[in-house]
Amino acid sequence: MSRLWLRDLVVGYESGTVLRGVSLDVPHGALVAIVGPSGCGKTTLLRTIAGLMRARSGEIRLNLRMVTTHGIHLAPEKRRIGWVPQDAALFPHLTVAENIAFGLGGGRRAARRAAREDRVAHLLELVGLSALADRTPAQLSGGQAQRVALARALAAKPEVVLLDEPFGALDPLLRGELRAEVRALLTAEGTTGILVTHDQAEALSIADYVAVMNDGEILQFGRPEEVYERPATPWVASFVGDSVFLPAVWHAGTVEGGLGSLSAEWMPASGALSEAMPEDGTSVTVLVRPEQIELAPGDAGSGFWATVTAVSYTGHDALLELLLGNGVRCTSRVPASGLLPVGARVTATVRGPVLAYPLAPE
Amino acid sequence: MSEQVATRSAAATTATAGRRPAPRLLLALALIACAVASIPLVYLVVRAGSGGLDAAITVLFRPRVPQLLLNTVTLATAVTGTCVLIGVPTAFLLARARLPLRRLWAVLAALPLAVPSYLAAYGWLATAPALHGFWASWLVLTLVSVPYVTLPVAAALRAGTTGLDDVARTLGRGPWRAFWLGTWPQIRPATLAGALLVCLYVLSEFGAVSLFRFPVLTTAIQQAYGASFNRSYAAILATVLVLLAILVVLGEQAARGRAARRFGSVAGMARQRVIRLKNWTAPAIALLAVVPALAVGLPVAVLFARLLEAETLRALDVADLGQATLNTLALSAGGALIALLLALPIGVLAARYRGRLVRAVESIGYLALGLPGIVVGLSLVFFSLSVLPGLYQTALVLAFAYGVLFMPKAIGAIRSSTAQVPTSLEDVSRTLGYGKLQTWWLVTARLARPGIAAGGLLVAVTAMKELPATLLLRPTGTDTLAIELWARTDVSAYGAAAPYAATLILVAAVPAFLLSGAGRGRLDGVRT
Repeated sequence: MSRLWLRDLVVGYESGTVLRGVSLDVPHGALVAIVGPSGCGKTTLLRTIAGLMRARSGEIRLNLRMVTTHGIHLAPEKRRIGWVPQDAALFPHLTVAENIAFGLGGGRRAARRAAREDRVAHLLELVGLSALADRTPAQLSGGQAQRVALARALAAKPEVVLLDEPFGALDPLLRGELRAEVRALLTAEGTTGILVTHDQAEALSIADYVAVMNDGEILQFGRPEEVYERPATPWVASFVGDSVFLPAVWHAGTVEGGLGSLSAEWMPASGALSEAMPEDGTSVTVLVRPEQIELAPGDAGSGFWATVTAVSYTGHDALLELLLGNGVRCTSRVPASGLLPVGARVTATVRGPVLAYPLAPE
Repeated sequence: MSEQVATRSAAATTATAGRRPAPRLLLALALIACAVASIPLVYLVVRAGSGGLDAAITVLFRPRVPQLLLNTVTLATAVTGTCVLIGVPTAFLLARARLPLRRLWAVLAALPLAVPSYLAAYGWLATAPALHGFWASWLVLTLVSVPYVTLPVAAALRAGTTGLDDVARTLGRGPWRAFWLGTWPQIRPATLAGALLVCLYVLSEFGAVSLFRFPVLTTAIQQAYGASFNRSYAAILATVLVLLAILVVLGEQAARGRAARRFGSVAGMARQRVIRLKNWTAPAIALLAVVPALAVGLPVAVLFARLLEAETLRALDVADLGQATLNTLALSAGGALIALLLALPIGVLAARYRGRLVRAVESIGYLALGLPGIVVGLSLVFFSLSVLPGLYQTALVLAFAYGVLFMPKAIGAIRSSTAQVPTSLEDVSRTLGYGKLQTWWLVTARLARPGIAAGGLLVAVTAMKELPATLLLRPTGTDTLAIELWARTDVSAYGAAAPYAATLILVAAVPAFLLSGAGRGRLDGVRT
């Protein structure tokens, strides 16, 4: 049973189409991250689900209710969804408690009265801001404001909460902390969540499912590990993580290329007529994740000779640029303890199977 | 990094809002308001056209007409230019310089708004009876119109950032060049808006120019209407005046459109440096003091000198004065209410939606600025006589004339205060279960309220000082302070005019004082 269901959603402005046929099936209680580069249409998708924008065609179903279909458009106030924008958008004329109570309906006076109710107190406790109930939004930090915005969205027990880059304006440390809290809160309330972000690391770490979008289309929808380990296209692969692409030739379940003969899995193009294996001798593109390329210092027998040409150190690990003896360039991720200096001679071996994609049409 | 993200997303939200089609109800209300507001203009065109094209051409080629046109354009250009030259530095000092008694200077800068041009002219004439013609008109009109530039530019400077100047300085530009590159683009739209107000105000000015006997289009219209009842001649002259105003409005819109496109999203994070003037403090204060001193100080001083003469005090009719004050307050309050009602749909539409129709609606709303009070007055006399005879010579028609005349001020206030409310607040309210109208009432209107109230006050102040339309439309026996004052300055009975003038200044100073503080910084607390 899915909570949110989209079918062939087309949305556009006068100037052009932004979403071209988006379909999505979000299971009950799941947290879905929609991730894509800026301008790919992810915020438009969220606004269309909220009813803040009209779809040209397509259907949206919330629980059992059809909210968008065949030109019918249910107003946002009737959809029972929660909305958390990037800027938090707290009402500056209301206190923290009144902001949350505003979500219970009835306007300002009712919000004043309701501000003392159990539901508001409960939510304030959930977001850890009970002590700040009577503050005004101007007196809150960015993280606190986002917590209040989330509590306000949850107040009326919506079926789905939509979060539009809720951590975008926060510093990285706060971001990680708030991410975990949001995750826990949505689980505690049993609410389905859709979160839009341009940060793939955030998407992979927080969500039950990830939808990768580009140019108005969803390229892949799946569990974070599926999307990372079996990306549907080379573009998705490079968007969700560091990638090494090498040209190679397919030969019955193995590929022959710059890193030697590797066992490979065939990834047919989406929409391809058959998922059949390619003929032997077909040119393919091979995806290797940098962490699959293991290094040993000096000459360790089997493997490829390589020289470290550049080091990008991140603290917990490092990315090493390699130049192989046969002229091929690739990247390897090593733990910080295995850090090697530029110019070091190493032996590279590839661990695990790699993925083979059809060549991009010229 | 996070600032960049915030700015980018804010710009995206605005772009999204701009592409939404306007709701039908709002558009319908705005069109109705436009239709109501254009009654005087329509009547004017009908009158001007009734004589036929030949008559119009004959009138336009009368020897006096080119001279009147030249006088009008010269005066408007000279006053507008001088107001920008004085207003922008004044605003800069008020907003950015460290001055003793900062608050006092801000209040004083707004004070000339409270002085009607004919009252300032009366003060100067009482001091130097030989004053007349172009230079006298230029001086007095400049003095009373500088706040139209100072106030919006100071507001833009307060909302703006000096960050761009700093960047320009680090890129090797001197302070003046940096100001030109960093700050000027931010205050350009406000300067243009202020210049537009001044220019249109001078085009429709009547009181001071007639006291100084400087012949311009408005005074010629008044003469044609009043003396010879040659209404076609007057209507044709008035049409020329309206065409001039249209040119000015179109010019300002074209210039503002370019400015907005180029620097629309700059003023995100306000980071401001305060400038220490050191040795320049005394000249700066002199600049800040000279306009209020000459526009307000001198006429008031003259007034009170006259007021305290024994003869004046003996002739004073307190009951009459009280009645005139009450009439003034009631009529200007009614005018403000009507102006706000008419301006509300237009201002909200202009703040939230774009497109050709929206621009047209807004322009029609602003056109009343170019309609001389005398034209609005007479066209409403005939409109009420022929369409609604029951309303002829009632307070309602006069308040309606005020509403139509000063609607542009209300539109400006509503537009800018609505545009300051982030659309994301409205989005949140919608998803929390509140409908469009409920959201507008609970969120948008609630947050825009200080600005809308300021607009209403501004209309009230201006309506109190209005003269030509009041002369024509006042119900028989209902005298306002402005009417009583005018009746006495006309026959050079300066002493007898003093009590009414003093009361008018005091009554109009209250909203002017509120204006200088209201609507500023109320939205500082909004997280955007």
